[in-house]
Amino acid sequence: MSSFLQFLFKGISVGSLYALIALGYTMVYGILQFINFAHSDVFMLGAFFSYRLAVKLDWLTPSPIQATALLLMAMAMCAITGFLIERLAYRPLRHAPRLNVLITAIGVSLFIENTGQLIFGKNVIGVRSLPQLPEHVFHIAGIPVRAVEVIAVVTAVALMIGLQALVFGTKIGRGMRAVAIDHNIAGLMGIPVDRIISFTFIIGSALAAAAGLLVALTYGQIKQPADASWVLYGLKAFVAAVIGGIGNLPGAMLGGLLLGLSEQFVAGYLSTTFRDAIAFGLLILILLVRPSGLLGKRVVEKV
Amino acid sequence: MALLEVKDLDIHYGAIHALKGVSISVEEGQIVTLVGSNGAGKTTTLRALSGLVGASRGDITFAGKSIRGKKPHEIVRVGIAHSPEGRGIFASLTVRDNLELGAYSRNDKAGIASDIERSFSRFPILKEREKQAAGTLSGGEQQMLAVARALMARPKLLLLDEPSLGLAPQIVHAIFRIIREINAEGMTILLVEQNAHMALSIANHGYVLETGQIKMSDDAKKLAASDEVRKAYLGG
Repeated sequence: MSSFLQFLFKGISVGSLYALIALGYTMVYGILQFINFAHSDVFMLGAFFSYRLAVKLDWLTPSPIQATALLLMAMAMCAITGFLIERLAYRPLRHAPRLNVLITAIGVSLFIENTGQLIFGKNVIGVRSLPQLPEHVFHIAGIPVRAVEVIAVVTAVALMIGLQALVFGTKIGRGMRAVAIDHNIAGLMGIPVDRIISFTFIIGSALAAAAGLLVALTYGQIKQPADASWVLYGLKAFVAAVIGGIGNLPGAMLGGLLLGLSEQFVAGYLSTTFRDAIAFGLLILILLVRPSGLLGKRVVEKV
Repeated sequence: MALLEVKDLDIHYGAIHALKGVSISVEEGQIVTLVGSNGAGKTTTLRALSGLVGASRGDITFAGKSIRGKKPHEIVRVGIAHSPEGRGIFASLTVRDNLELGAYSRNDKAGIASDIERSFSRFPILKEREKQAAGTLSGGEQQMLAVARALMARPKLLLLDEPSLGLAPQIVHAIFRIIREINAEGMTILLVEQNAHMALSIANHGYVLETGQIKMSDDAKKLAASDEVRKAYLGG
């Protein structure tokens, strides 16, 4: 029983991080119908930006306010990065075949990874150099849970609630939903389509930045920018988005959570060898039985 | 001076020359109709006015200013609203969301709320379906929603593309009655229709478009009475 709860908590914490990244994939897919392969690199940059900021500001044992400020600054920096990626690499290809954009996304990804190596170096940044959060251990239902995991879940959930409020409760959110359905018709409504697309990249990248910081803290290290683990993490988040139904926001959250939980339970009860296989196993299963994902849209339409 | 002035407009889709030197003008307060068969370039003309396709030559002047090359959302702000071919409603969003999206270019919350109420009193069925997904509406209801949504931008000129498409005759009559009412309230309308008979019966002026060129331009009553139009578009 106690190990069950342990896997459960760990699954929720990892799953909410997948969900944060998955949201960025799913929002861009929803609005442009292409997979932004550079998204996992923005996520990686989130970790490095916050680390470098912490070093620069000498906030290696940050107070709660400083930690929040670090998070917000990293989010802002990644938001700018995401904006620039769209503006410089994707927008000029707006009317090009989708394959061109996809290949460009891979190019952007490689560019960021290699530039990242130049700027941030090729060494692993270990736990001792990272900002230290209080190593407080909570006891939930008698199970010890690390403070950093609680912080990760709380932050991720807060950001997702914020996103939900933005998309479903504001005018710009209504604009995003309209652009996701049809660019031309959205334009006829007076919606500035290009600005909405920029905004989508800004929001998705900011969420990925938060995930980058939280993942670094959770695992206690930052691997070098071109390390395959970043791409693998991003790829799993993408799988989470597909499981939930690509283009669907609650779907990305559900998919992330589901993936985090199944990974932890499989690793806990079967073997850690299968932990990475589970994501892709789930993907195959979903594509076979429910290709539009768990919450994928099935629009009621009469013509 | 006319509210809308289109001069020598040329449009190319790749190698296809879709519009060849089209000139039309719409006076304030009028209903002007553009009739012609499928593929004549009627929809293309409206899409050019809304900035959805770019012109390769010619000019479009609205209220004295050139709007050629402007983006769709900028053209809405200038005062042209477009109810597109096939209605283009957001099927997965509610009726209310659709109406609010029509007012995206505006920021006067109180004015938007009162305009939504006005849409509901003009189209009571939309009030009943307010919270339903717009895709569940019947074809006629969707057309009403499309018109109501375009009016939410408070335009000076309303572009209507084939409002009769796929609708039963009684519904078509109801829609045309509404178009006339809206015009009587002062709205200038450019109406594109395959149903030339209906369109010419409510319009002040008509243009006949054929393979991307204006073939005839005359008072709507005279066009409806002319032998050429009767033979080609009104079934003898």
